[in-house]
Amino acid sequence: MSPVEQPKHPSGDNRFKLLDRAITKHQARGDALIEILHVAQGIFGYLENDLLIYVARSLKLPLSRVYGVATFYHFFNLKPKGEHTFVLCMGTACYVKGAEQIQTALEEHYQCRFGDTTKDNSVSFITARCVGSCGLAPVAVLDDAVVGKLTPDESIRRVEQVKLSVPEVVS
Amino acid sequence: MTLEDLQDLAEQERERQDQKKHRVLFCSAAGCASCGADKVSAALKAKVKEHALDKECEVIGTGCMGLCGEGPLVKVQSDDTMYRNVDVRTAEKIVESHIVNGKKVDAHVCDTNVPFFTSQTRIVLENCGRTNSESIDEYVAAEGYAGLAKALTEMQPADVIEEVRKSGLRGRGGAGYSTGLKWGIVRKAHGEQKYVVCNADEGDPGAFMDRSVLEGDPHRVLEGMAIAGYAVGAQQGYIYCRAEYPLAIERLKLAIKQAEKAGLLGNRILESQFNFRIDIRIGAGAFVCGEETALLASIEGKRGNPRPRPPFPSEKGLWGMPTVINNVETYANVAPIIRKGSDWFAGIGTEKSKGTKVFALAGNIRNTGLIEVPMGIPLRTIIFDIGGGTPDGTEFKAAQTGGPSGGCIPADQLDLPVDYESLMKVGSIMGSGGLIVMDSTSRMVEVAKFFMQFCMDESCGKCIPCRVGTRHIYGLLDKISKKKATQDDMVLLEELCMMVKETSLCGLGQSAPNPVLSTLRFFRHEYEQLLQPVETFEGEPGIVVDFEK
Amino acid sequence: MAVKTLTINGEQYSAQEGESVLSVCRQNKIPIPTLCHLEGLSTVGACRLCLVQIEGIPKLLPACTTKVEEGMVITTSNQKLDKYRRMIVALLASEGNHVCAVCVANNHCELQDLAYEVGLVRVRYPYLFPKKSLDATHKEYVMDHNRCVLCTRCVRVCDEVEGAHVWDVAGRGIDCEIVTGLDYSWGSSQTCTECGKCVMVCPTGALFEKGVTVSEMEKKKDFLKYIITARQKREWVAFTNE
Ligand SMILES: Cc1cc2nc3c(=O)[nH]c(=O)nc-3n(C[C@H](O)[C@H](O)[C@H](O)COP(=O)(O)O)c2cc1C
Ligand code: SF4
Ligand code: SF4
Ligand code: FES
Ligand code: FES
Repeated sequence: MSPVEQPKHPSGDNRFKLLDRAITKHQARGDALIEILHVAQGIFGYLENDLLIYVARSLKLPLSRVYGVATFYHFFNLKPKGEHTFVLCMGTACYVKGAEQIQTALEEHYQCRFGDTTKDNSVSFITARCVGSCGLAPVAVLDDAVVGKLTPDESIRRVEQVKLSVPEVVS
Repeated sequence: MTLEDLQDLAEQERERQDQKKHRVLFCSAAGCASCGADKVSAALKAKVKEHALDKECEVIGTGCMGLCGEGPLVKVQSDDTMYRNVDVRTAEKIVESHIVNGKKVDAHVCDTNVPFFTSQTRIVLENCGRTNSESIDEYVAAEGYAGLAKALTEMQPADVIEEVRKSGLRGRGGAGYSTGLKWGIVRKAHGEQKYVVCNADEGDPGAFMDRSVLEGDPHRVLEGMAIAGYAVGAQQGYIYCRAEYPLAIERLKLAIKQAEKAGLLGNRILESQFNFRIDIRIGAGAFVCGEETALLASIEGKRGNPRPRPPFPSEKGLWGMPTVINNVETYANVAPIIRKGSDWFAGIGTEKSKGTKVFALAGNIRNTGLIEVPMGIPLRTIIFDIGGGTPDGTEFKAAQTGGPSGGCIPADQLDLPVDYESLMKVGSIMGSGGLIVMDSTSRMVEVAKFFMQFCMDESCGKCIPCRVGTRHIYGLLDKISKKKATQDDMVLLEELCMMVKETSLCGLGQSAPNPVLSTLRFFRHEYEQLLQPVETFEGEPGIVVDFEK
Repeated sequence: MAVKTLTINGEQYSAQEGESVLSVCRQNKIPIPTLCHLEGLSTVGACRLCLVQIEGIPKLLPACTTKVEEGMVITTSNQKLDKYRRMIVALLASEGNHVCAVCVANNHCELQDLAYEVGLVRVRYPYLFPKKSLDATHKEYVMDHNRCVLCTRCVRVCDEVEGAHVWDVAGRGIDCEIVTGLDYSWGSSQTCTECGKCVMVCPTGALFEKGVTVSEMEKKKDFLKYIITARQKREWVAFTNE
């Protein structure tokens, strides 16, 4: 990895203006790091190195500290996600109702472990803890829709279904 | 806003509601939202419009109505009719038939005269399913902010603390420490600034009590925090809410804005000398951040590593200043206590555990959902009367409370009263309120392994016993479940569990072994059935350590 | 400053208010094993080796972070504490890839010393054999993650004493790892001043100087006391190593 330690120049990229606004709102305080990373990920989709450098410089924090925080919290992605995401709930209720079998089935079928994205970059498989729909366990969130009372076969069918649908244009 | 203004506002809103012939409520909480509540509400609203009923009928989104497993739920408030499994077609019928013609849609009517509803006592959830979650006026009309007003106008801070202490309110986030005592310590502690923090990290996987309160009745939490701020002498509050709850965050933001506008947060609240502001901090997916010192580190923008206590946050908390940290549900109890007095609250529950507790019922149980019951209620009542027992053909085996930090309670302990001490005695904890029912199909070694994997994944990695110990405990459980372990491994397992419990730095590690210890206590035979007899075992010998000099 | 009297292992001792239990023990030559603690750096209470039992407190508390109080009755060693300490060192041994016989720090390693101190002879946990890397990109020093015990001394010395904050901990749980910058190679770090403080405070052979071979890497830690007294009191104390 090349250690480009100069932040990307923000002029011309409107997204940085949005980020700057959030940074100003927090008076560029170091203790707002997590808030800023949330905003940055919201704007850019994931936290690539240049972005982390930009945040570190703006908040006047050491790079390793920013990296340490970004890798501590599971919510932050340092890599881009696939076109679709399949978030399988691994909360207790879903586990009791068989979420593990779904995980195994999907991992075998797509040859992709949870936490990773398929080779063709089409689907990211992610696990979550309780999405708050325990009544419908086992539950997954496929792109933005909650799907409940899943079975292994049904899960594969659902994934195939979204894969066929026209991918949204990512701006 | 003055006290009179507040009372006027409540009066006006009550009148406005009385003028409506019908209030059609739909549950807008997570459970129902994930099975189509938005389509249902759109259908209800469209039909109301179509029949030109806008003036006499309003359609309102409320907090969790409780019976999450049968959602989407809709309630017609005028005659207290609850509908379940409502789809678009049913929603239309509800308006066309029930509202227009006064004829109920029988097929979907849900009998509310059953233990699920009648065995509950609602304090924390009193507004959930009754008021519009997004309206401060409706909250005020339901006696909202009257507790804060009473504290500010009639009570000294010390009186507020004394009232809370006398009520017997104990923390609902897990440990059950007396809330009044905690506030008293913070009040006495020295610091230029003091802080009030609300723990809304709700990490227990399979629990959604706090979320329901935040989404359904956000002002109640704000009011509780403001009262805490007045009592301890703080001017700033933070709500640390997990990022997985976007709706809760949105509702909180809205509620804070409304309260500021109404002069119920901000400077000179209700024209008193008391200033109090609340900001939201958003978590980022780390269970350990529910632990109070890790939570504070996270608010300060750092890795969520806990630190040793003492010093406790009540003395050295956020930025080194005295800090109150309480759970969402704890704050949600405060306003009613101030409003109705400590005697009223202390009259509910048992000798040492006062008030009610909200539980999220899930797992192999008929009625999944959110319930609030008086402390001391027998577990049997919760599971069989309220929960309706296990689904057809299966037998109840155990209930797990306290999530990954708790333990299981087997069938022969079902008459146990649900309070802090009794649960502790059987090796579980009250926890924040997740209650997962397991039936005869559940294998306890797998359950223990599931929780251990959770703790291993969520360990922050700071201290050795938890970082490496949970990894080995998980490995041993895996070995046992794959029938590759021997009695020797059981010895190792139990030894490690005790060691991790006693030596870990924070509550995560200290309680991580609980599910193992508790399943060992009640279901040891399930472990032993999986063991290899020693004779046939061919494993690796213990490795002699290579620390030779 | 008020003086506090306390009982340690049945004997009476006096201590200054605000002092840690560990410091009293050290002054009175009462042995307590430690790893994450290093005089001159902030205390984190992470390794849990220094846990002691204090009468009236149900939990074991770390001596390094616990302040003395009047009348404290402390036990620093008993069967349980000794066993737990052995187990902690065993856990560390199983977590990394420690092969003393080929290590630069052999005979000068705190982990090795600890194993002897607590009487560890046999690790009963399966070795995890993690796949860890070795970073030899720095022109003076090497970082071998295989031998890192995550004590965070290097992180703290670099932040608190040198002020560069090159290092930090990344990841979580068993996957924690010490990183420079955004997980850059050490050699490409622009903030490293090459002062070598981290190398010197590292208890194991994880951080070492280039060019040393087996058993040659001796760590000199006295500079910490020297610098810190100089900073705090403007006094330059004798600089001896052990
Ligand atoms: C690993 C761990 C996770 C925790 N998670 C939560 C949580 O999600 N919500 C919560 O309110 N308390 C949680 N707690 C308890 C808090 O540390 C703290 O005791 C609580 O917020 C105090 O509030 P209370 O007195 O109102 O219960 C957790 C504790 C530990 C050790
Ligand atoms: S017990 Fe676990 S979560 Fe708590 S400090 Fe130790 S490693 Fe971190
Ligand atoms: S490199 Fe050395 S000093 Fe740094 S954490 Fe690892 S063992 Fe400790
Ligand atoms: S456990 Fe899966 S939704 Fe709650
Ligand atoms: S030396 Fe005290 S915990 Fe490590």
